Amino acid sequence: MVNTVLDFPGGKVVFSPEMRFLSESPSVYSQCYRVLDDTGQLISHSNFVPVSEEVAVKMYSNMVTLQTLDTIFYEAQRQGRISFYVTSIGEEAINIASAAALTSDDIVFPQYREPGVLLWRGFTLQEFANQCFGNKADYGKGRQMPIHYGSNKLNYFTVASTIATQIPHAVGAAYSLKMDKKDACAVTYFGDGGTSEGDFHAAMNFAAVTESPVIFICRNNGWAISTPTSDQFRSDGIAVRGQAYGVRSIRVDGNDALAMYSAVHSARHMAVNEHRPILIEAVTYRVGHHSTSDDSTKYRPANEIEWWRMARDPVTRFRKWIEINGWWGSEAESQLRSSIRSQLLHAIQIAERAEKPPVNDLFTDVYDNIPSNLREQEKLLKETINRHPKDYPADVPI
Amino acid sequence: MGFRNIIGRRLGLGLVRRRKPFSTATCDGDGNGNAKSINLYSAINQALHIALETDNRAFVFGEDVSFGGVFRCTTGLADRFGKARVFNTPLCEQGIVGFGIGLAAMGNRAIAEIQFADYIYPAFDQIVNEAAKFRYRSGNQFNCGGLTIRAPYGAVGHGGHYHSQSPEAFFCHVPGIKVVIPRSPRQAKGLLLSCIRDPNPVVFFEPKWLYRLAVEEVPEHDYMLPLSEAEVIRQGSDITLVGWGAQLSVMEQACNEAEKDGISCELIDLKTLLPWDKETVEASVRKTGRVLISHEAPVTGGFGAEISASIVERCFLRLEAPVARVCGLDTPFPLVFEPFYMPTKNKILDAIKATVNY
Repeated sequence: MVNTVLDFPGGKVVFSPEMRFLSESPSVYSQCYRVLDDTGQLISHSNFVPVSEEVAVKMYSNMVTLQTLDTIFYEAQRQGRISFYVTSIGEEAINIASAAALTSDDIVFPQYREPGVLLWRGFTLQEFANQCFGNKADYGKGRQMPIHYGSNKLNYFTVASTIATQIPHAVGAAYSLKMDKKDACAVTYFGDGGTSEGDFHAAMNFAAVTESPVIFICRNNGWAISTPTSDQFRSDGIAVRGQAYGVRSIRVDGNDALAMYSAVHSARHMAVNEHRPILIEAVTYRVGHHSTSDDSTKYRPANEIEWWRMARDPVTRFRKWIEINGWWGSEAESQLRSSIRSQLLHAIQIAERAEKPPVNDLFTDVYDNIPSNLREQEKLLKETINRHPKDYPADVPI
Repeated sequence: MGFRNIIGRRLGLGLVRRRKPFSTATCDGDGNGNAKSINLYSAINQALHIALETDNRAFVFGEDVSFGGVFRCTTGLADRFGKARVFNTPLCEQGIVGFGIGLAAMGNRAIAEIQFADYIYPAFDQIVNEAAKFRYRSGNQFNCGGLTIRAPYGAVGHGGHYHSQSPEAFFCHVPGIKVVIPRSPRQAKGLLLSCIRDPNPVVFFEPKWLYRLAVEEVPEHDYMLPLSEAEVIRQGSDITLVGWGAQLSVMEQACNEAEKDGISCELIDLKTLLPWDKETVEASVRKTGRVLISHEAPVTGGFGAEISASIVERCFLRLEAPVARVCGLDTPFPLVFEPFYMPTKNKILDAIKATVNY
């Protein structure tokens, strides 16, 4: 009697006398789901989740707002008005379309290139500006660098510079939602670089084993600062890793707002109703520099950047689609852009003039209450400030 | 209050005899209604049962916790509370803590177990950069205060490099978390319940040497002991000794012998290392004028250095002698050489005498 199948602890395993290694690369690269072609026309036989005129116009307006916000705040940093900034140019469709497909009860764990999700949920231009200037109205109390937004009201966990650390948090949060039987999921975003971190691996595995309703959205934008994906991994991108963990996955054209919307919408449905994690690889391009501390022309050709900025712009592509539907025109376009622009300039002015948080906020929130060692340090610091006031910035109230 | 009820004598005996357990009973109580004689792992087990029964949003998770855990601390929990609340995780410390942070951030009590403190380092980034800063960086919009990380620590007689470590000093350098170490079963139950219910992320190191060996009367009800309050467990007037966890029983033996030579020792259990109770230690040193700190962790950069520096800052003119530290050697924790590495009763006794005779 020959055993052809054996019951190992992990399940039945089929034997074979033929020694065959699994190939390191798939015979066919994972398909990339898209619905709108480069000219903004619907691809025939595409299946997608329909979007109403109201939602489509809101999506487009938010994409334009995000693009304008980025342009103006980047300039503000160049002018020395804020210390640092990170743009999301080229990734507006990922930001806005994914946000539009979620509900406000879904808990978001961002990396740092997803302010569009906050924008969609109602974070105001003034609130963005306040955080970037670290003024008294910043919910973060001036403790972190610009773009480290957070809003408990909008279910958007505070951005931290650490890469991929948020991914396992999202799994724990999703597990909590499952326990509470909420009609909600957790969503976490990260870049191609972030998938190399151990926390990505840990989170994917935990999500599968705990059967948690979490959506992993990877913005594969081709670059981790100066590191191209060929130096980042040798797998067929990110979506293919899902199977390795037992996680359902899809690769999507990240610059196609309709495809992003559909994929996230479907993912959410599966996550919440089937208690399963979903991995979405949104393929895109980081048009801007990594941050204001970077000049990406040092490591990639300027014409490549320009091509993606213009020919592959997700905002223009979606605009074409809504115009084809008769939902948008050039008048609406110029009105929107000038309105956003002046609101932004105004918000920056207000934020810049506002007072900074008081020095007390240096000591609060380390713990729920201030421990005695910090009270002592606060007292000593105040004495030092009195003795040497010139060592300290004048705009921070004592 | 002292160690009279703890039956666990480690030092002064040979390696083999030292390992002989005095009591392996989980519960050999004398029928006294409200308190039973139980060991450390049972006390911790009781605390966990109470934590889960009093808060239906409390969860216990980690490697092998489902069947009861490698030290039996989680016995009975999965059967009683179900596998949705008590469950095994994959073998991944960064995942255990990262997942725990997310769970806690949603308002749950996430009680994570790290199988040995020696394996906590993959989670160090999540603990230091995430858990410790979660509230502060968000401007108090978010917090993961419901997170408690438990890990067995310390020498066990045969543990070698990776089953014996005392990593508390690494964590004491991290504003935003608390570090708590119990010395006995009764302390452990009350302190663990406080840690679980404290609105800040806590790392709770359990002295594994005492899991079976330490037996004490532990009240059966739900009780909590305060954090950041050191306890004078033996009054004295000639020298102050400061320690935590399993080392205290060694220090107490040294105190007993010193007493025969007419030296009156005051012994303080720090209990919470971060934030630590400077006031109690300072008050004692003002009384005695001498201080000795003892811990198993290597002496260089150990938490004894922080205590020493703070005491010298505050009590310099009162001190009659340099601050003494009797600690582990600056080596990886050895196997065959464990008796040489350890801060033994006699090393402490020698240091007591040297300090008193300075």
